[in-house]
Amino acid sequence: MTKPAALCPSCGAPIVFQWSSSVQTTCAHCKSILIRTDVNLEKVGVVSDLPPDSSPIQIGTSGVYENRVFTVAGRIIYDYDEGSWNEWHIVLNQGGSAWLSDAQSQYAVTFAFQADPLPARAAVHLGDRFTWNKIAFVVTVITEARYRGVEGELPFQYWDKQGATFADLRSTAGDFATLDYSDTEPALYVGKMVDFDALRLKNLRAFEGWR
Amino acid sequence: MSPQTPPPHVESLTCPNCGAPLTVRSMGRAVTIVCDRCHSILDAKDPQLRILQRFEAATGDEVPLIPLGARGKWRGADYEAIGFQVRTMEVDGIAYSWREYLLFSPYKGFRYLTEYNGHWNDCSVATALPEADGTSARYLGKKYKHFQTCDAKTTYVLGEFPWQVAVNGDAVTVTDYIAPPYVLSSETDGSETTWTLGEYVHGADIWKAFGLPGPPPAPVGVYENQPSGLRVSAGQTWFAFAGLATAMFVIFTLNQLFSQREQVFQEAYRFSPSSTEASFVTPEFELKGRTSDLEVRTDADVSNRWIYLNYALIDEDTGRAYDFGREVSYYSGVDSDGSWQEGSRHDRVVLPSIPPGRYYLRVEPESDSSFGLIGYTVTVTRDVPVLTVYLVAFCALLLPALLISWRTYNFEQIRWAESDHPMRSIGSGGDE
Repeated sequence: MTKPAALCPSCGAPIVFQWSSSVQTTCAHCKSILIRTDVNLEKVGVVSDLPPDSSPIQIGTSGVYENRVFTVAGRIIYDYDEGSWNEWHIVLNQGGSAWLSDAQSQYAVTFAFQADPLPARAAVHLGDRFTWNKIAFVVTVITEARYRGVEGELPFQYWDKQGATFADLRSTAGDFATLDYSDTEPALYVGKMVDFDALRLKNLRAFEGWR
Repeated sequence: MSPQTPPPHVESLTCPNCGAPLTVRSMGRAVTIVCDRCHSILDAKDPQLRILQRFEAATGDEVPLIPLGARGKWRGADYEAIGFQVRTMEVDGIAYSWREYLLFSPYKGFRYLTEYNGHWNDCSVATALPEADGTSARYLGKKYKHFQTCDAKTTYVLGEFPWQVAVNGDAVTVTDYIAPPYVLSSETDGSETTWTLGEYVHGADIWKAFGLPGPPPAPVGVYENQPSGLRVSAGQTWFAFAGLATAMFVIFTLNQLFSQREQVFQEAYRFSPSSTEASFVTPEFELKGRTSDLEVRTDADVSNRWIYLNYALIDEDTGRAYDFGREVSYYSGVDSDGSWQEGSRHDRVVLPSIPPGRYYLRVEPESDSSFGLIGYTVTVTRDVPVLTVYLVAFCALLLPALLISWRTYNFEQIRWAESDHPMRSIGSGGDE
């Protein structure tokens, strides 16, 4: 795996990409949001202070999903009515990347899934049924979220967003899907709900007073 | 993660209403926090802790059995009790309340323990989507029967919650489906539905895990998803019964087929009750083959008479005697109710486990000296099939199955009496 190295155009700190396909990262030193162009890094913004963290996952946490080892490389944080949640960008050692979401310690791993045409936001309601990858899904939650911040490496440019709508879908067998309406074109992610222990996470955050 | 346990992590805040110190335990996940002094429900996401609601309740109205802040190792992880709420439903004008204790682990997240009348459930959010119709639900391949649907409200709350709580706010519809020891519950506010899976747990296990003083409250009655306590189900018992009864039937059939039924001795005698020396011995007969049973049959020509025969089967080589007495009597007549009869002219006895060898019978008949001559025939048959032992064994097999079915039936009757589908009579079986 290549690890392209560069210097932060804002503060000069070294920037190392864990994943060759990362498009965006944040400078751990000055919190600048950096976009990778062909050779250089371009500063596009600064991360505002992140909310007090509650997830046990952090950048550098590794784990196993369906016998594939992954490492957490970045995240997007969203706020919604009942608090906030993290979409952790995970990089698989075999190549490729996926998302590990931690919403109040309910964990799901999803992969970007190509399906055409995806339903428009207005066409999605609670209880609606969709079938992707031969899995019958039901819309169980529609969340109006607010972009809160980013950290680390992401597979696309993502900063300075406003509101975003997500529709979560579940199957009777524990499959999980998200329709993401944060961009002009909807995006679909398909995967599974996962048990914390099954992920066999290492390098977790230590919580003061907890083992 | 150090091997030692550092002191618990708490953030200190004060209630904007009464100034009492507040403790936040769930590390930025709290959405609502309740001041336990003035019962203000506060918006935990607002840095100013905006007051959302105040509810009237005297402090100490409801005392959590698991104190907030109590920690314990539960289901393999450390959890801390962070929230407590009392929820109330109304059925036929009677309010029923149960208590929910929210547990938090920074790694595993939230789960909660519920308590009603000393019955506890360990609940967590369902990971897959259950399928439900009015009468049953299916979740991860298991079928759950509909137990009850009711509207519930939160009527008391303490501590913090990762969702918005309101006291005496809008009711949610709670539907329980059971497959003891599990209960699958849906809660819906009309638009969104959440599913949780509960498992019946014993108060004593919670007390031990959280180091609580004293004994847990004793459970009252039978709870909706309480396991019956029988180690086997009625179905399993009948399955075992069917297997064993079939095996027994096979053995019985083989026994019937392979019994030799070899007649080894038969002789007719006449007995004069007035004679003084009646005792005699029969000629020898040989019992061959394996150790087996022996039938001694007495057919006596008695009518309103009786004859009693003292028998001894004697092994000629060892002198070992098998003593037994048989009475043959037969009475009949006519009275105001019509004709009647009593007794039989035939008697049959089976001696078990007689080894092979040469034997003879010593016979000593007795009767009333006023009777005349009584004719009787003694027939000895080797290796006869026996029925009674199988009947006894069959009953012995049937009895536990019946007992367990009866106990299960009674238990289920009590369980379902509290549901939307009370059992009516034997046979309806709760399968409506």
